[in-house]
Amino acid sequence: MLTFENVLLSQGDFALTVDLTLPNAEIIALIGPSGAGKSTILSAIAGFFAPARGRICWDGADLAGVAPGARPVSMLFQDNNLFPHLTAAQNIGLGLHPNLKLTPAQIEVVETALVQVGLSGFGDRKPGALSGGQQSRVALARVLVADRPLVLLDEPFSALGPALKDEMLDLVKDKLHAAGKTVIMVTHDPADARRIADCAALVADGVVTAPVATAKLLDNPPPALAAYLG
Amino acid sequence: MAHSPVPVTPRWPSIVATMLVLSLTFGTLGAVAWRAEWASGLAPADWVAVRFTVVQAFLSAAISVLLAIPVARALARRRFRGRQLLITLLGAPFLLPVIVAVLGLLAVFGRGGVLNDALTALGFSPISIFGMHGVLLAHVFFNLPLAIRFILQGWLSIPSERFRLAATLNAPVWRLLEWPMLRVVLPSTFLVIFLICLTSFAVALAMGGGPRATTIELAIYQSVRFDFDLGKAALLACVQFGLCVGAAILALRITAEDVTGAGMDRVVQRWDVARAGVDYAWIIAAAVFLLVPLGMVVLRGLPGIFDLPDTIWAAALRSIIVASGSAILCVSMALALAVRGGMLIAVVGVLPLAASGLVVGTGAFLIVFPFIRPADVALLVTVLVNATLALPFALRAIGPSAAQVNADYGRLGASLGMTGWAWVRLVVLPRMRRPLGFATGLAAALSMGDLGVIALFAGQAEETLPLAMYRLMGAYRMETAASAALLLLSLSLLLFWICDRGGSANADV
Repeated sequence: MLTFENVLLSQGDFALTVDLTLPNAEIIALIGPSGAGKSTILSAIAGFFAPARGRICWDGADLAGVAPGARPVSMLFQDNNLFPHLTAAQNIGLGLHPNLKLTPAQIEVVETALVQVGLSGFGDRKPGALSGGQQSRVALARVLVADRPLVLLDEPFSALGPALKDEMLDLVKDKLHAAGKTVIMVTHDPADARRIADCAALVADGVVTAPVATAKLLDNPPPALAAYLG
Repeated sequence: MAHSPVPVTPRWPSIVATMLVLSLTFGTLGAVAWRAEWASGLAPADWVAVRFTVVQAFLSAAISVLLAIPVARALARRRFRGRQLLITLLGAPFLLPVIVAVLGLLAVFGRGGVLNDALTALGFSPISIFGMHGVLLAHVFFNLPLAIRFILQGWLSIPSERFRLAATLNAPVWRLLEWPMLRVVLPSTFLVIFLICLTSFAVALAMGGGPRATTIELAIYQSVRFDFDLGKAALLACVQFGLCVGAAILALRITAEDVTGAGMDRVVQRWDVARAGVDYAWIIAAAVFLLVPLGMVVLRGLPGIFDLPDTIWAAALRSIIVASGSAILCVSMALALAVRGGMLIAVVGVLPLAASGLVVGTGAFLIVFPFIRPADVALLVTVLVNATLALPFALRAIGPSAAQVNADYGRLGASLGMTGWAWVRLVVLPRMRRPLGFATGLAAALSMGDLGVIALFAGQAEETLPLAMYRLMGAYRMETAASAALLLLSLSLLLFWICDRGGSANADV
């Protein structure tokens, strides 16, 4: 369970207070206007941005001082989620062992993951030889094999076309959610949240609301969200 | 505490590199300052050397810059077949061993050279290029291309829209656009070349000499090798260091851009260019001046290249070993510093620019001399000094790409838990292959052609190819020297090519 205890994220003029608990094994969407601090929340969870105040805890343990690579977190960024000089299989393997010295059993896991995301036989290809959608699938496969319960999605599919993006979102639900992972996704498109998120939280005006069921939030938007949705 | 958004790499490689650079710059300087005979002061002959050093550097820089202006202007506004090749060749003198170029210049302008043959045939008296003339000639040969590239970059940085605007207004392009650009570019170009000429040892060694054409570095060399007056050598080294630091600080304050040659294939469309003949005359003159001496090296060296004595081949082998060692060390240090990034690069990366090979060499000589025969460590010291002096160039070549890797993949690597060697092996090295190959080639070629610190240390048994070549020239064995020069030139370019190729072949982007 991920809890924010009275957390203040600030940088220059920007300040955002986060005080909430996110439910386990669900897909949680963070919705809000750009510049509200959605990505900053993910950065703080991943360990790239230190809170000015408060604690971020995973299962009761404070994450402060824990290096990004040692946190229970997989993260997909807006771009550069794959190393272009490594093959698809190697990129996935990085989720199992960051120095790529894999045991035969782990190589088996990589193969299975390739099958699960519909890329069996593509393991030897480098990202340059894959389409945008296939590249996203490789990145998802890496998240899938990693033994990390928390997945952060910082709009990794925003460069894809609408149909392809929906396909990837469904894959997130079918594979990551089904594997019992907690997914926190940033989005500025309410349709994305409606499609897969169990619950959603609004990030606006320097605060984050407690997550509520996605449909409920979007059907009866509070004023800030209504202003954003237009 | 916030984590840096890049994977953590061990600190020790950058510390080792920093220590090495500091000990070879400040350490040797300390040794020099400690041993200098401050009380005795500079003799009148030394003052002559100081004055000659400054005057020749000033004149070399001034002539190079003045001649470069019309050539750069011609290249900026003319498009012709082979233009890009010519501009690429203008970068080659950087890789060219100084002593090879000197030999080529002698073949054209020297006593038995083409020019004097022609003059005598026409009934004129031959000219001598030893002394000030020779030093200036060689320095202009080396630095004219550099000046052309700097100034050409300035010309091409003027947006074409400005030329269009000037044309519609019928405004004077020279006063409105070109002169303001030159006012920015010329001082920095002048100072960079001034600094290079201030520390150029091999040219003065080969072309200068005698009481009227001795530079400080040459005087240091003579004090160590011939008089064995280490106190005086140390004092001169302090003077040289002071001069270099002064010039380097000035140069760094007004230089910002680098000459990578990017975007130089562009020609700005112009409406004010009538006299094409003048432009082409300048381009042809510059090309002839730069290419004929090199052609002479090939021409004179080729017949004897397979009859070179064994000592030359042994020297060549030594040079290859020194160059490889120095290149690997240099690039390892550059990589260690670039991966850590930050202030370290900024400081350690520019320090060697103010150091001169002879000053560092003198300091190293003073440090090892009480314990060991300097000739025994000649090659080792050469490797260390060459690697350190090439470090700024290597850092410049790989620095931007290291920063790019961190910007693009740092967070991904950190969130995957990649650290240390895994990060370097799996991401840094493969992503930076191209600039690493280029930097290795650069460092290897620079070390291959270096005739500086080795001249201070080496006896007969430790001579490298440039030194062996210089000694052949001193013994007037010009045919053999020309063949050795061709060998040296080929090996330098080959080493550069192998490394550069190794970096770009099969590189995934």
